[in-house]
Amino acid sequence: MRAPRAALICALPLLATVAGAELGGDAKAGEQVFRRCIACHQVGPDARHRTGPQLNDILGAPAASQGDYRYSPAMAKAGAEELIWTAEALNRFLASPRAYMPGTKMGFRGLAAPEDRADVIAYLASFSEGTAAPQAAGFALSPEVLALDGDAEYGAYLAAECTTCHQADGDNDGIPAIINMQQEAFVTAMHAYKQKHRANPAMQLIASRLGDEEIAALAAHFTTLGN
Amino acid sequence: MKLDRRMFIGTGAAATASLAAPMLRADGHAKPRVVVIGGGAGGATAARYIAKDSEGAISVTLIEPTRTYYTCFFSNLYLGGFKEIGDLAHSYGGLAASGVNVVHDWAVGVDRDARTVALAGGGSVGYDKLILSPGIDFVEGAVPGWDLSAQNAMPHAYKAGSQTELLRAQLRAMPQGGTFAMVAPPNPYRCPPGPYERVSMVAHYLKANNPTAKILIADPKEGFSKQALFEEGWAAHYSGMIERIGPDFGGGDASVDPVAMTLTIDGDETPVDVCNVIPAMKAGRIAELAGVTDGNWAPVNAADMSSKADPDIHVLGDASQQGDMPKSGFSANSQAKVCANAVRGALTGSRVFPARFSNTCWSLIDINDGVKVGATYEATDEKIAKVDGFVSQTGESAEVRQATYEESEGWYAGITADMFGA
Ligand SMILES: Cc1cc2nc3c(=O)[nH]c(=O)nc-3n(C[C@H](O)[C@H](O)[C@H](O)COP(=O)(O)OP(=O)(O)OC[C@H]3O[C@@H](n4cnc5c(N)ncnc54)[C@H](O)[C@@H]3O)c2cc1C
Ligand code: HEC
Repeated sequence: MRAPRAALICALPLLATVAGAELGGDAKAGEQVFRRCIACHQVGPDARHRTGPQLNDILGAPAASQGDYRYSPAMAKAGAEELIWTAEALNRFLASPRAYMPGTKMGFRGLAAPEDRADVIAYLASFSEGTAAPQAAGFALSPEVLALDGDAEYGAYLAAECTTCHQADGDNDGIPAIINMQQEAFVTAMHAYKQKHRANPAMQLIASRLGDEEIAALAAHFTTLGN
Repeated sequence: MKLDRRMFIGTGAAATASLAAPMLRADGHAKPRVVVIGGGAGGATAARYIAKDSEGAISVTLIEPTRTYYTCFFSNLYLGGFKEIGDLAHSYGGLAASGVNVVHDWAVGVDRDARTVALAGGGSVGYDKLILSPGIDFVEGAVPGWDLSAQNAMPHAYKAGSQTELLRAQLRAMPQGGTFAMVAPPNPYRCPPGPYERVSMVAHYLKANNPTAKILIADPKEGFSKQALFEEGWAAHYSGMIERIGPDFGGGDASVDPVAMTLTIDGDETPVDVCNVIPAMKAGRIAELAGVTDGNWAPVNAADMSSKADPDIHVLGDASQQGDMPKSGFSANSQAKVCANAVRGALTGSRVFPARFSNTCWSLIDINDGVKVGATYEATDEKIAKVDGFVSQTGESAEVRQATYEESEGWYAGITADMFGA
C-alpha cells in the first residue's frame, strides 16, 4: 500500500515561507486571475461555498478545514495528514491540482504560469487574516537556527529514533520519506512540530525534546543520507 | 538432521570473514566479539546496528533457532483477515548481508565465567559482550488446566507463526453462533493492547462471517491499555458481541479444560468453541539460565540496558525489567539502539551518547479505524522513566482514524526494515 507520496512530502518543506507568505505576487493582478476560480469559489464578506469551498482565510489553514463543506476523501486525507495551505503548498497545488493531489474533486486543470499563481495567492492572502491563520502565524525561525552546522555523528545516533518509522532508504508505505530533504526544510519542519504548529502527536512528542543542536544534527545526517 | 541444525547463512564476503572470528579467538582478541541471543525486535536490531556501525571492527554473532521470524505485530490483523501469513514473515538474509553471523540454533546455557554460550547443536561461542533478547515464556500453572501440551487445543498465539495460523483456522471453523473465549493475561505482559486488538479483529471477522457468534473474555485486570478507545469501538462496530468479565466478577479466577473444551470463570463452567489462553508471562528461559533474572524478569540499568547481575550482559525487550516502557516491538527496537551505541563504545571507544527511548503502539479496531498511544522515556538511576505521552481521543473523525491506520502500515514497513535491513 502506497500513500500519495507527493502530497506527503510536499507538505513538509513549507512553513518557512509562510510567515512571509510571499512568492512576490501582485494582489491586484491576482484579482484578474481569480476570475478563473470564480465559477466555483467565492471570497469576501459574503463568501459562501459553491462547487468549491469559500476561500477566506485559506492561507495558513490546514487543508479541508471547513466542517460545513464536503471535501473529497483525498482532500480530507491531506488535511488529516496536516497539509497546511502555505503559499508554497498553494503554488504547487494550483500548478496542477490533480497531479499534486490525486483524487481531488477540484475540476480545474491548473495555472501554468508561475506569475499567475503568485498573483492569485497574493490576492487570496489579502482575504486571509494577518496573511496566515493561527496554525502558522508567527512561525519563523531565526537565520542562525536555520544555519546551525549539525554534528552528523550525533545525528546518526539520534536518527535511530526516527528509522523505527521513517525508512532509511526513503521508501514510503504510509509514513513519509525524510532523506534527501533540503536542510532548511528539514529544520523548519522539526521546529514546526516542536512548537506545535504541525499537528501529528507522535512527531510533536519526538520533536519536543530535541534542542536546536539536535535538530541540526539530525538534519546533517538525513540531508546527506541517500546521496 | 542433527548436523544441519546448526547452520550458518550468508555467503557474502563480510559474513564469511567474520564468521570464523569467534571460533579462532581464544585469548588473542583480534576483534571484540558480541553474541546476541534471539533474532526478534530487540536482538535483530542490536545485531544489525552493531555490525553496521562498527564497520567490521566488531564480530557479531546472532543465535536464533528459526529461519523465518513471524512478527507478533500485525498478527492480529492476520486473524482479522487484513494480512496473510507471508506478510508477517521475515528472513535473516539482510542481517547476514550486513555482516552478522547468523547461527540457527538454540542457546541452551551461558557460562558467565568463561564467557561462552552453549548451543543445542553442540559447541559454544565465546563473547566479550552478550546481548539477550529472547522474548517471553509462559509462567507454569498460571491458568489451571492449561500447560504447553494443551497449546494445540487452546492456542496462545502469543508467539507468532504456527500458533497464529492455528488460532485463525479455529476461528474460521467455529460453528455459527459459537463462542470464542479468551483468557487475558495479568500485568506485566507483552503488548498491553494486544489482547484487545485481537478481540477487535476476531469480532471484525465474526461480524461478516458468523454474526451470531459471541466473544467472552476472562480478564484478571481492572483496566487495560486504550480501554476507552476499544470500548467505544466495540460499542460502535460490534454491539452486543463482546462480553468482558473483569476481576470484580471473577475474571481473575479462570480455569480451562482443553479436552472437554470448557472455560470456568468463578465456578461457572461454559462450553466454548475456541479458547485463546494467554497465560502470565516471564522472561525467555535463557535469561533465567544465564542467571540474570530476579523473579520473572531480568532487571537492567536504564542507561545502557546492561544487566544488574552482570555488566557484560545486556538484556533487551520483553525479557528485561526496565521501568516504565511497555513490552512492545517498538520499545525493544528503541532499547536495542541505545544498547548498540553503548556496547560499541565499550568495545571500540566510539562515541557514546545519552540514552533516549520512545514507543508508539498502534491498534486496529475495525477497517480504517486505527488508534495509537505513545510516549518518550529517559534513563534515570533507578529505571527507564516516562517523560511525556499522548493517546488517541474518543470521538475522533473517520479521517483521523484512517490516517492513524495508514501510519501504522508505514511503521510496520519501517520497523521491519530497521530490524532486518532493507
Ligand atoms: C498479538 C500481538 C500483537 C503485538 N502487536 C504489537 C504492535 O502492534 N506493536 C509493537 O510494538 N509490539 C507489538 N507486540 C509486541 C512485540 O511482538 C514484542 O514486544 C517484541 O517482539 C519483543 O521483542 P523481543 O526482542 O523482546 O522478543 P521477540 O521479538 O519475541 O524475539 C525473541 C527471539 O528470541 C528467540 N529465542 C528465544 N529463546 C532463545 C534461545 N534460547 N536461543 C536462541 N534464540 C532464542 C526466539 O526464537 C525469537 O525469535 C505484539 C505482540 C503480540 C503477541
Ligand atoms: C470547477 C470548479 C473549480 C475551479 C474552477 C477551481 N476550484 Fe478550487 N476547488 C474546487 C473544489 C470542488 C474543491 C474541493 C476539492 C476537494 O475536496 O478535493 C476545491 C478546493 C480548493 C482549495 C482547497 C480548499 C480547502 O479548504 O482546503 C483551494 C485552495 C482552491 N480550491 C483554490 C482554487 C483557486 C485559487 C482556483 C482558481 C485558480 C480554483 N480553486 C479553481 C473547485 C474548483
